[in-house]
Amino acid sequence: MNNLKTFTCTEKIKGENRETKLFTTIQEAIKASCLQDGMTISFHHAFRGGDLILNKVIDIIAAMGFKDLTLASSSLASIHDTLIAHIKSGVITQIYTSGLRGKLGEAISHGLMEKPVHIHSHGGRVHLIQSGELNIDVAFVGVPVSDVFGNANGHSGRSKCGSLGYVMSDAQYAKHVIILTEELVAYPNKPSSISQDQVDSVVVVDAVGDPAKIGAGETRMTSNPKELMLARLTTKVIEHSGLFKEGFSLQTGTGGASLATTVFLSEKMESKGITASFGLGGITGTMVYMLKRGLIKKLLDVQSFDEFAAKSLGENENHIEISANEYANPSSKGAAIKQLDIVVLSALEIDLDFNVNVITGSKGLLRGASGGHCDTAAEAKLSIIVAPLTRGRIPTITKRVNTIVTPGSSVDVVVTDQGIAVHPRHPELAAALKKAGLIVLDMHALYEKAMALCGEPQEIKYTDKVVALIRYRDGSIIDVVRQLAK
Amino acid sequence: MQQNIIPSHAGTLESSDLFVRILPKKEGGVSIELESSVCEIYADAIKKTVLECANAFGADGMSIIVQDKGALDYVIKARVQTALLRAFGMNELDWSVL
Amino acid sequence: MIQQKLRRSMLFVPGSNVSMVCNAFIYQPDTVMFDLEDSVALSEKDSARLLVYHALQHFTYKDIETAVRVNPLNTPFGILDLEAAIRAGADIIRLPKTDSVDDVLEMEQEIADIENRIGRQKKTMMLAAIESALGVVNAVDIARSSKRLMGIALGAEDFVRDLRTQRTKAGSELMAARNQILLAARAAKISAFDSVFSDVKDKEGFVYEVNYIKGLGFDGKSLINPNQIPWLHKAFEPSIEDITWAQEVLEAAKDSKIRGLGVVSIDGKMVDAPIIARARWIVDLAKASGVLGEEV
Repeated sequence: MNNLKTFTCTEKIKGENRETKLFTTIQEAIKASCLQDGMTISFHHAFRGGDLILNKVIDIIAAMGFKDLTLASSSLASIHDTLIAHIKSGVITQIYTSGLRGKLGEAISHGLMEKPVHIHSHGGRVHLIQSGELNIDVAFVGVPVSDVFGNANGHSGRSKCGSLGYVMSDAQYAKHVIILTEELVAYPNKPSSISQDQVDSVVVVDAVGDPAKIGAGETRMTSNPKELMLARLTTKVIEHSGLFKEGFSLQTGTGGASLATTVFLSEKMESKGITASFGLGGITGTMVYMLKRGLIKKLLDVQSFDEFAAKSLGENENHIEISANEYANPSSKGAAIKQLDIVVLSALEIDLDFNVNVITGSKGLLRGASGGHCDTAAEAKLSIIVAPLTRGRIPTITKRVNTIVTPGSSVDVVVTDQGIAVHPRHPELAAALKKAGLIVLDMHALYEKAMALCGEPQEIKYTDKVVALIRYRDGSIIDVVRQLAK
Repeated sequence: MQQNIIPSHAGTLESSDLFVRILPKKEGGVSIELESSVCEIYADAIKKTVLECANAFGADGMSIIVQDKGALDYVIKARVQTALLRAFGMNELDWSVL
Repeated sequence: MIQQKLRRSMLFVPGSNVSMVCNAFIYQPDTVMFDLEDSVALSEKDSARLLVYHALQHFTYKDIETAVRVNPLNTPFGILDLEAAIRAGADIIRLPKTDSVDDVLEMEQEIADIENRIGRQKKTMMLAAIESALGVVNAVDIARSSKRLMGIALGAEDFVRDLRTQRTKAGSELMAARNQILLAARAAKISAFDSVFSDVKDKEGFVYEVNYIKGLGFDGKSLINPNQIPWLHKAFEPSIEDITWAQEVLEAAKDSKIRGLGVVSIDGKMVDAPIIARARWIVDLAKASGVLGEEV
């Protein structure tokens, strides 16, 4: 009892300023965060190519003279090419991200950075945060709407981005959280995605992001015959997978083929009278359409891929926001992917062992994103990779992928426009698909087809220097990307 | 062999196609300039095909400038041969060289 | 007679469109028809001819029936197109605008000359496109004019212009031509193909028209967009009842052959050769439609 403090009446709340979290400029908020050289700052990518926060904040940080920072953004898009200058000047010396694209990806592939970039999956990022490797000092959280106390969400306001799933875990674990909001609304802005007890300061900014550029693929039905064909084949695979029954669950990605798959699958579900229990992951307008038609009972949304999804999240009680931890973290107490039946994924390359590359292109350049690829492939009952056999003269099926992101051990079916390959561990599935009239081929046969069309590609030349580490979802290093030779 | 080479071109810059130009040059031989969206993995294969087409025509004293957009091998052949036929002002086809 | 090969879908591929030429095989139409005529600009006739020449020889078109629409023989391009197509191994030459028997015979002669010159053993087939009132009136004679003729096809766009009318959804302007062409083809025991449906976005209208011409008895239809192929094949898909019936017929036929019986009967009803042929066609159709898998 002796070392406990005796009550003295010093605190007085009433009548004091209740807007203590509010700062007029980003500089002031940064100063108050006690950011120092060598620390880790984080951002989220809910606005994808339309993000207006990351560049602005790093410009300010650079002008304030900070050096040697680790940038942990849940992903990066080509709009972030301006980072190249800040890397050259030593402001940013290390990066954690799910994706790298554009000139930034190119420059890093050519050896821009001293330390290799850590490429993580969406689930793996939370794992790295929880395990203590990724220690976020200051999280900059761009949102369309917040109140003065930091209760924020992404599904209302002028610039809706929808789900704030990726940043929810950052806000939970970061030492200091700064909300950058486009609009200030009356307290309490509840229910909210980011909660007041996680937030240190709030700054009002002119613009947080351009929702039109979230642009994760088409919002209209594709008319590309190859994409439609892939979608038709994928739908047929799902139909005859043995999992297509009342209450099944589904995750699809972005892009023409994926979107068309949900449309064709909807038709099939309607004609057979089958409904899905939930749709998961990145949510598109077509998934919202399925929810509205009663074909899907609930949507679990970690990222809203278009304006329809962003809007629906705020309006439909069965369209539910989940954090990256609830979505895909392998060490989470409950990741939704562990309840998932079918996931439809894309690929840049697939090899003879069914390994998938979604991060480096045919020239060995970093130009993609790990995303939830390896997370969902590992946990869903059935993972279907959909890709054209060739893109122009670039073969999708290769002897060995440039970079492994998702190991073949978690891939079940590969759908191409010129044949379907089923992993040899599923002979019954292969037989069922053949019986349904689908062309099922050995992966070697698909590879031979691709080579006959394109010819054997030359080997890409690399140096010994590692420019990126591909972190598997459990944090282990599954592959490395090396610097391209001149 | 004295060849009268008409500056010519064939193909387009659309994806999966290629645009090829043929220009006469004073020095003998055939020079190939290649720009390709798949350079890193198919430069050698493309040059080989272009050269084979030129040799089959007995071409001499010309530059062949190729802008490739990921064309398949047979498309490269078709486009280069068209440009060669145009360069030589040939209408009748010599099937032995195609 | 029932045709051996299924020819539901004949996909038009402009010979100047590289992407279409390189990709058409993927969509598995029953026949790919490379066009050197109307879809190719005068300045690109030579390049399209060479592109199609190489495509026809490429392995991607080895397992698929190929046709080439050549330019008319009275243009500077016709004979060059024809030689390129025949040398490259095209299965079928589609004649441009056929008005009379002479048009067929002239083309037949040129084809035979080229085949002799280059020593091609396999006889090139012909498909006559009927695109005028005169052609429709002469359809019966045209259909019977050559052994090389595997079918006749309606070219509706030019035909309605010749009639001084235009195409409608109901299609009454084509009624006479369709009936005439079908009768002429059936009388000559060759195939009949319907014209293209141009509004590629109108699935409903397309399927309506396919069901209509299928009901009339047409073997198939020319297509301008690969997206129409699955719609067409779906419309031609036989019903489960038809398939069951066809399988029973074939089973009974096999059984009676094994037992050395001359006569086949199902439930006491006689089954003759045309019925067996029809049953085989339905099973082929079912396999091609993906209704029946490998086990059949």
